[in-house]
Amino acid sequence: MIAVLKHELRLYFHSLTAYVFGAFLLAFVGIGAVLYNIQAAVSNFEFVLDFGKLIFVVIVPILTMRVISEERKQKTDQLLYSLPISTTQVIVGKYLSLLIVYMIPLCLISLYPMIFSRFGDVYLLTSYGSILAFFIMGSALIAVGIFISSLTDNQGFAAGIGIAVILLNYYSVSLSEYVSSTAMGSVIAMSVIIILLGLVIRHLTKNTNLAYGISFILILGIMAVYLIDMNKFEGLLPRIMSTLSLFDRFNAFVNGVFDMTAIMYYLTVIAFFLFLSVQSLEKRRYN
Amino acid sequence: MILVEHLTKCYGDFTAINDLSFEIKESQVYGFLGVNGAGKTTTLNIMTGCLSATEGRVTIGGYDIFEEPKKAKKLIGYLPEHPPLYMNESPLEYLRFVGEAKGLRGGDLNHQVDQVIQKTKLDDVKNKSISSLSKGYKQRVGIAQALLGNPKVIILDEPTVGLDPIQIVEIRDLIKELGKTHTVIFSSHILSEVQAICDRVLIIDKGKLIAFDEPENLEKLLLAPNEIIITTDAGEEEIREILAQVDHIIETGVEDREGEYVRAYIKTDLDNIYEISRAVFSAFASRGKVLLEMTLKKANLEDVFIELTENSDHGVENKERTSTINKSESEVAAK
Repeated sequence: MIAVLKHELRLYFHSLTAYVFGAFLLAFVGIGAVLYNIQAAVSNFEFVLDFGKLIFVVIVPILTMRVISEERKQKTDQLLYSLPISTTQVIVGKYLSLLIVYMIPLCLISLYPMIFSRFGDVYLLTSYGSILAFFIMGSALIAVGIFISSLTDNQGFAAGIGIAVILLNYYSVSLSEYVSSTAMGSVIAMSVIIILLGLVIRHLTKNTNLAYGISFILILGIMAVYLIDMNKFEGLLPRIMSTLSLFDRFNAFVNGVFDMTAIMYYLTVIAFFLFLSVQSLEKRRYN
Repeated sequence: MILVEHLTKCYGDFTAINDLSFEIKESQVYGFLGVNGAGKTTTLNIMTGCLSATEGRVTIGGYDIFEEPKKAKKLIGYLPEHPPLYMNESPLEYLRFVGEAKGLRGGDLNHQVDQVIQKTKLDDVKNKSISSLSKGYKQRVGIAQALLGNPKVIILDEPTVGLDPIQIVEIRDLIKELGKTHTVIFSSHILSEVQAICDRVLIIDKGKLIAFDEPENLEKLLLAPNEIIITTDAGEEEIREILAQVDHIIETGVEDREGEYVRAYIKTDLDNIYEISRAVFSAFASRGKVLLEMTLKKANLEDVFIELTENSDHGVENKERTSTINKSESEVAAK
């Protein structure tokens, strides 16, 4: 695991990836700090991070796009399979190296509240609380990025899908206000999601019957619940959309609350997507 | 050392390997021979844990590759068909990474990396970027990677493909050298290569093992009669007349005509081929015809290979042919 971690770090710093990632993050948070803390003279650093989180839409896919897809393209995944290390070790090693790349600019950002506090009152506790939450939220997005990269051997494609997914997640709360909140609308949306899930299952397992079977049973279940109690679906879709949003949960930290449920949610997302990445890599052996 | 039992691998409906079983013993060079698509790479990938098997098991030094992969993989060094190299690293950095991943640390790591660099003669290029190296050097970096950790078995998948003749000779010498201290398995579709380096040959076709023996024994296996090729100034009819006087000839025929000269082949069932050539020579001499050239064609591994792979399924080939004909007919009909 340590070997994979060191190796990945070397690759990131050999290429431009780590520098581009750091530069974008620092630039965006820097602009935010100038706008809020200096020009508007607001003493809350968490507003800056709230502004800066939008940049994740671009930089996380840049960072994660090649993680696994490039290994496949260059056929270096064969080396990883034949080495006496497990797939979990490979994924965790890669993930930790990405966290280190992410932590370096964040360490610099951590200095900002200290600097500002020399010139006025800064709420250091909420500032550092939100920096920690910012770190964990970014880590969750990176885990999602790794999984997307493991699905394809084309890093451009991985980046495109990554941007789309993170952008959708970013705007899901605003979008949820526009989507239909009627019961029927929710049922239709759920059915579409189930069919998409079926397609993903078919892609992963190459088992058409299993995919159709699962989709069919789930849709049947939804129909049954709909017939029994229609009210259950009232406003379900908007609720799901805002619940799944990683970005929305960050608002609690901006408002000065250190929300443990949000932290737990982020950690669950990390574990879930790393698990999926391991499975996706393992699955290659069973093709 | 390696035990492969009833190995089967299916990709959907296609069976790449079909009930393959063999045993590999220590300190010999094994050649894994087969035409493209015969299942060589699939077998090697399963043996090294890169691919799962549909059925069957592989044990390496007593460890099952699927149940105890870490222990089993420590005993093997594998060079896949495409050397798995990180292009923007130098060979030294790359080898250090592989060494660390194989569990080497500190002084041991430095020592082994230096050792494999020397063995594979990478000293001059060890600090250059791998992407700038020639194909031969890339292949050597791949072999060096397989040697790290001092594995007992080294598995090389088509190590000489795409190299120039000098590089091929170098890699072959390296394989021979390795064969003295390790068990080496390498796959190839080039027969002369296998003949030159291997102690034993496995021939596989359509996912089945069709021969497993020493190269010399495989040549003896060949049932095809020995053959003599002659070039003469006699006409076709004359040749037939002359050869009718000689015994033990089972078949003759004209290969090709060049001006007034005719090239013909003679097949015989006699083991002592010189006796036949003597008889042929005197038969032609007695008629006043000149033999300009006389070549003895002995059965070699190539013939064994072609014969074995062709015999292994005539039925399937015919079926395929009819199905393509049917297909083209239906296409025509569709138009």
